[in-house]
Amino acid sequence: MDTSQSCFHCGLEIKKSDLIVFDSKNFCCKGCQTVYEIFSTNDLGCYYDFENSPGATPLDIEGKYDFLDNEKILEKLLEFHEDNTAVVSLTIPHIHCSSCIWILENLQRLESGIRTSMVNFNEKTVRITFNSDEVSLKKIVNLLSAIGYEPYISLENYETGVKTEDRSLTYKLGVAFFCFGNIMLLSFPEYFEANEFWIDQYKGFFRWLIFALALPTFFYSASGYYVSAYKSIRTGMLNIDIPIALGIVVMFVRSTVDIIMGHGQGFFDSLSGLIFFMLLGKMFQIKTYNFLSFERDFKSYFPIAVTKLTNGLEESVPIYDVVKGDRLLIRNQELIPVDGILLSAEATLDYSFVTGEANAIVKKSGDKVFAGGKQIGKLIEMQVLESVSQSYLTQLWSNDVFQKKVNQHFKTITDQISHYFTPILLLIAFAGFGYWIFFDVNTAFNVFTAVLIVACPCALALTAPFTFGNILRILGKKKIYLKNALVIEQLAKVDTLVFDKTGTITTTEKSTIDYQGTSLSNEQKRLIKNSLRASNHPLSRMLYADLPEVELLKMDSFEEFVGKGIEAHFEGNKIILGAPNFVGNPQKQNVAETSIHISINEVYLGKFVFKNAYREGLSKLFSSLSQKYQLHILSGDNDGEREVLEKLLPSNTNLIFNQKPEQKLTFIKNLQDKGQNVMMIGDGLNDAGALAQSNVGISISENVNVFSPACDAILDAAEFQNISAFLKLSRKAILTIKWSFTLSLLYNVVGLSFAVTGNLLPLVAAIIMPLSTVTIVSFVTVMSNLYARKLNLK
Amino acid sequence: MSVIYLLISVSIFVAIVFFIAFIMAVKKGQYDDDYTPSVRMLFDDELKTTKPKQIKTTPEKQV
Repeated sequence: MDTSQSCFHCGLEIKKSDLIVFDSKNFCCKGCQTVYEIFSTNDLGCYYDFENSPGATPLDIEGKYDFLDNEKILEKLLEFHEDNTAVVSLTIPHIHCSSCIWILENLQRLESGIRTSMVNFNEKTVRITFNSDEVSLKKIVNLLSAIGYEPYISLENYETGVKTEDRSLTYKLGVAFFCFGNIMLLSFPEYFEANEFWIDQYKGFFRWLIFALALPTFFYSASGYYVSAYKSIRTGMLNIDIPIALGIVVMFVRSTVDIIMGHGQGFFDSLSGLIFFMLLGKMFQIKTYNFLSFERDFKSYFPIAVTKLTNGLEESVPIYDVVKGDRLLIRNQELIPVDGILLSAEATLDYSFVTGEANAIVKKSGDKVFAGGKQIGKLIEMQVLESVSQSYLTQLWSNDVFQKKVNQHFKTITDQISHYFTPILLLIAFAGFGYWIFFDVNTAFNVFTAVLIVACPCALALTAPFTFGNILRILGKKKIYLKNALVIEQLAKVDTLVFDKTGTITTTEKSTIDYQGTSLSNEQKRLIKNSLRASNHPLSRMLYADLPEVELLKMDSFEEFVGKGIEAHFEGNKIILGAPNFVGNPQKQNVAETSIHISINEVYLGKFVFKNAYREGLSKLFSSLSQKYQLHILSGDNDGEREVLEKLLPSNTNLIFNQKPEQKLTFIKNLQDKGQNVMMIGDGLNDAGALAQSNVGISISENVNVFSPACDAILDAAEFQNISAFLKLSRKAILTIKWSFTLSLLYNVVGLSFAVTGNLLPLVAAIIMPLSTVTIVSFVTVMSNLYARKLNLK
Repeated sequence: MSVIYLLISVSIFVAIVFFIAFIMAVKKGQYDDDYTPSVRMLFDDELKTTKPKQIKTTPEKQV
């Protein structure tokens, strides 16, 4: 048979030994086959028509969702519950194609208690309305898991409950557009046939109608600018919203006066157009990635409930109800939510998400276990020492450094410009007023208001949103997802890059295993592989997967010594694998490396050394970055890889090993104190502090749908080698903005020359305003696309 | 000529009707998800009742 067969359901390559042929289709496991069976017996075979191999293998979830029977938890998760109608929104990370949408919206075929289900593809959520008398949430979650769509329920869901969306910007934009369109239409007649009899007769009606239409724009749509301007005056920072708010208010007052006094129709068309375009820019700048979250803390990692043992009875309780002295059961792959003492004989805990250390730690009965560890293997029992809020990890998170980001003030490029713009503008306005007052008071007032109106920095304010909005989209297509537009400006300022090692410049997908020592015969390899088979230690599993396929042998005896290694016997052969002193390594040992040593029949043969595989294009990326940036590598691991890295990376790269999370953070802080702008690239929770402290924290992820720590940007690991190009593009974006500022200032100069001479007619304003907007918007869009193309990012 | 008052009022009124329709659409959440509906409309309303047995695909065909 062909070796490269893929599973009909999930598309994964099928290992020969696991192949299941069912209904003349190939499946990689029983789970996939079961899902196929469920679908085909329920007339849901179409699932496979929209997309090839759309599914996911269902995982074993036995007992995992028992906590959904707890009323208290249930009520927190449900969006709505009255009588027998209940609504729940579940996040399902696997949602990725049209087949997913189709199957999830046809759930009622599989479970009659479900009334309707609606998928939101962008947010990767499904909203299910169900009859709570007929079916429980637990049953629905189990059903979803059984068909390969396991929802992700974490402590975060418990706390936030139901989210409400903020749609005010959409409303404001709608109002502004409605008023803008109608005012434009009504203003037109007066522009063309002034002083004609027909116009004269209806002038009043048209003008007052325009006035009425301008009110909602002025009071509702533009309200955000008044608030922002007021705040900025109070904090003493002159931001761009001050001249905008000033311009809008002056425009409104002057136009109202014009209409009341019968001078003319005022500037209401320009006013509403201006507000509309600026809101449009705001909208464009907000490019949200709903399925990603940049603000994660430990809550999105923590389970919502835990199994408590009371008088020998298992019971699911919400995590916050766990108190000191409780006995908890932690199953395989479950996270320890609180600090406590281990009661079971032994536990293998994976702290990778707290410390970044890849190898699991073994704890014995009576040892203290800290929150954040994931149990691998058997079910364990523990006694609680601290409640959730008092546990080490939670405390660490409440630490100030993790909150710091909030207080950081960053002066945007627009704010910098407006810092000078506002005083100069006021100066010109008063100078014009001072000059004209000697000739004519009326003209003086006209000039004063005209300056403020025409200089209202609409084009200036639009430049940044449109450039950044466009760049955000370009980068999003290249799988680097930025939190917001500010990140681009900060990226452009970066001069120092700090990389984490494990998981960042190395890939977690694979690691290379080297063998050093006496060469092994096939017979020996066979013995080693079979000895490893029963071991659950992560290193054993990796080595087992790496060794070539062999026939299976039934070992005569097998014993695993915790923290040391394994000893196995087969037909008179004694195989010992594990730590050097356990195996009896005669050579001096290198503590820095991760290895499995081997001896067969008391003869030391050699060792398997585990090395991290570095990402593709790493050297190339670093050598191109080293020309412009200071580079550092901070690793939580030992310095076993120092030599390899020194060979691989440019000589001026600073390598630092054995760094704890707090040390990483202080390292970055020290760099910043020296005035450097630091970008941190990391993964895992052990980098969380450093990511928060740095000016730009980028979290790298093999799969952007899984959870990453709080950061400013999430980068798909596949695009790692593009970091250099991303940084370049951000600098080009700033350049584009500067050019565009110059352009819009030119428009202002033209407008001002009309204004100070007292010649600003509503018609001139109505032409300059949209003209400048259109030029600026097209200029920045064309420029940023051009730069992206040059850098091969498009 | 006073018909102009009527015409303008009617046109504004019609515009307001559309505006209200827009507000209602936003309120209902029609602008929250701009992707899923575009896929959803391509699905058939009725499920195919033909048993998948009849359209057995072989591994070679379904590349």
